[in-house]
Amino acid sequence: MSQLIELSAFEIAEKIRRGETCAVDVLVAHLDHIRRVDGCPGALNGDPAREPDQVHAFITLTAERAQAQAQAVDAKIAAGQDPGPLAGVPLTVKDIFCVDGTPSTAASKILANFIAPYTATSVERMEQAGALVLGKVNLDEFTFGSSNESSAFQPAPRNPWDTSRVPGGSSGGSAASVAAYESPLSLGTDTAGSIRQPAAFCGVVGLKPTYGRVSRYGLIAFGSSLDCPGPLTRNVTDAALMLKVIAGPDPRDATAATVPVPDYLAELEKGVKGLRIGLSPEYFEITYFNAENGQFETQPVPALMKNAVLDAAQRLAGLGAEIVENVAMPHTRYGIPTYFVISRVEAASNLHRFDGVKYGYRTPAQPQDLRAMYRQSRGEAFGLQPKLRILMGMYVSAAQYSEQYYNRSLRVRSLIRRDFDEAFDQVDLLLTPTTPTAAFPVGGLYGDSVLMQYADQFTVPGNHAGIPGISIPAGMDSEGLPIGIQLLGPDFSEDVILRASRSYEIATQSEAWRQARPAALA
Amino acid sequence: MNEEQITSEVFVRLVELAALELTPNEAEYIRKQLNNQLKSIDELTRIPLDPDTPIASHGVPYTPVSSPGLRPDQCHPHPNPAKLLSGAPETDEGYIVVPEIPTQKLD
Repeated sequence: MSQLIELSAFEIAEKIRRGETCAVDVLVAHLDHIRRVDGCPGALNGDPAREPDQVHAFITLTAERAQAQAQAVDAKIAAGQDPGPLAGVPLTVKDIFCVDGTPSTAASKILANFIAPYTATSVERMEQAGALVLGKVNLDEFTFGSSNESSAFQPAPRNPWDTSRVPGGSSGGSAASVAAYESPLSLGTDTAGSIRQPAAFCGVVGLKPTYGRVSRYGLIAFGSSLDCPGPLTRNVTDAALMLKVIAGPDPRDATAATVPVPDYLAELEKGVKGLRIGLSPEYFEITYFNAENGQFETQPVPALMKNAVLDAAQRLAGLGAEIVENVAMPHTRYGIPTYFVISRVEAASNLHRFDGVKYGYRTPAQPQDLRAMYRQSRGEAFGLQPKLRILMGMYVSAAQYSEQYYNRSLRVRSLIRRDFDEAFDQVDLLLTPTTPTAAFPVGGLYGDSVLMQYADQFTVPGNHAGIPGISIPAGMDSEGLPIGIQLLGPDFSEDVILRASRSYEIATQSEAWRQARPAALA
Repeated sequence: MNEEQITSEVFVRLVELAALELTPNEAEYIRKQLNNQLKSIDELTRIPLDPDTPIASHGVPYTPVSSPGLRPDQCHPHPNPAKLLSGAPETDEGYIVVPEIPTQKLD
């Protein structure tokens, strides 16, 4: 493996600024590596079983765009100009962001032919900072899933640690591309855990910022009150570096908060001394719906997951943090049912814009009138998951049911938020498992939309509350699959979350699992 | 609770309102999943809720300090309308073409 692809984003930018390497060489090394490990890109009507040992992170490779960007960075260096904080750093972009002149598909047939006419703010800021956009990476169709199997572009991404496993989702292509050293950075989105869950499954860092910390302009919307763009990286420093670039107000997004952006890198090494870190019993058990008997069942999380959290707590305590046990989060179990309602209502609303009129797919049949054209186009081009979400969203927001479901869910959301507000009166951060399990096998859960959703049980409350959260690698299970732990903090506390994450990273630097490399690289 | 809250009749109506068309296989899968999802969210109806509990349309409170002001409601011409139109399935001299729009004669 080339040394250049093993460098972090921070190291790449430093070396390029110092003239120790150049952006074009960095790009070539990454493109060569992608050719070696990624296999064929996802395509409409592609064979899901094709090249099962490859990663398949990409839908579209934008090598020419990256080449022009690399040359521009090298020209700036030669001219003695500042090339930006991400000078020459490769980047993959979840294909839910519009990037001018590129297919921007949302992994759906309905947008397969859509060439974005503008660029999302977060991508634009990274490009201006000197990043090289390698391409657009795969996801669950419209981000609707936790495994990437619902993508209309097959083969879907596979987990680089074991390609018979899913990479998680919906930012599965992002996590897989970073874990497989195809790129040090990826831009993902998190609506219920879609950055943190695949980060945990693929052994990388995934940061969901506070809602409003990063502009959503140019993001193809799913749940507009929940969606957050954020970084997936191989280490905490790179997440801090990337967040600094993409965060901040945006005149084109009225929900992008006008809260000053701290210098996350400057805060990073300040340690955890004096920080109060909470553990909650509600995050050591999972409650899920058993469709067979119609009952809810509660089980403790596997010992491995609980022990990873307790081990992290012990290490952070050793560095001067105060661990506070038994922080009550009584409404955690309602996160998924609440999400089933709120996200579906928002998805149904957002997906009405795809109608075969202005852009995207239109049925080749000659429908008799406009309504028939809508129905046929949407029926032929939406996959099962969008259809399911549209129908659910319409049902629970219908006039006769909205009080029972939608309005009630919005009130329960207040209770979930209140749990966090009260917790953060006692502690600075909460430490939890990211997921109840490591990556599950391809085909293991897909098709059961209820069980699949419960994979997000520990991550979705943070989306309801809008607070920031991170997943960081925390070891491996007995099969060599990565597991993650999660830190959650109050609104706009990304600096504190990153600082504690960095402390844990340093404290575990010599662990054997830190030296392991994904099987797909062999 | 009714085993099948979304009956075949309700489902057909929903599909029509959603401007969708489903194959028989899709319809069978989706209706089953919808009913399972409804059973799982039925738990919400059992949560004791104080009627004064406010609705949260999003989690993070927006204060005047953290919210951008609204932009002036001004129209700006797009620099390249042809680029936007190039993505439309069918156009004619700058207009987007669609099939016949259904109309109803009023008495």
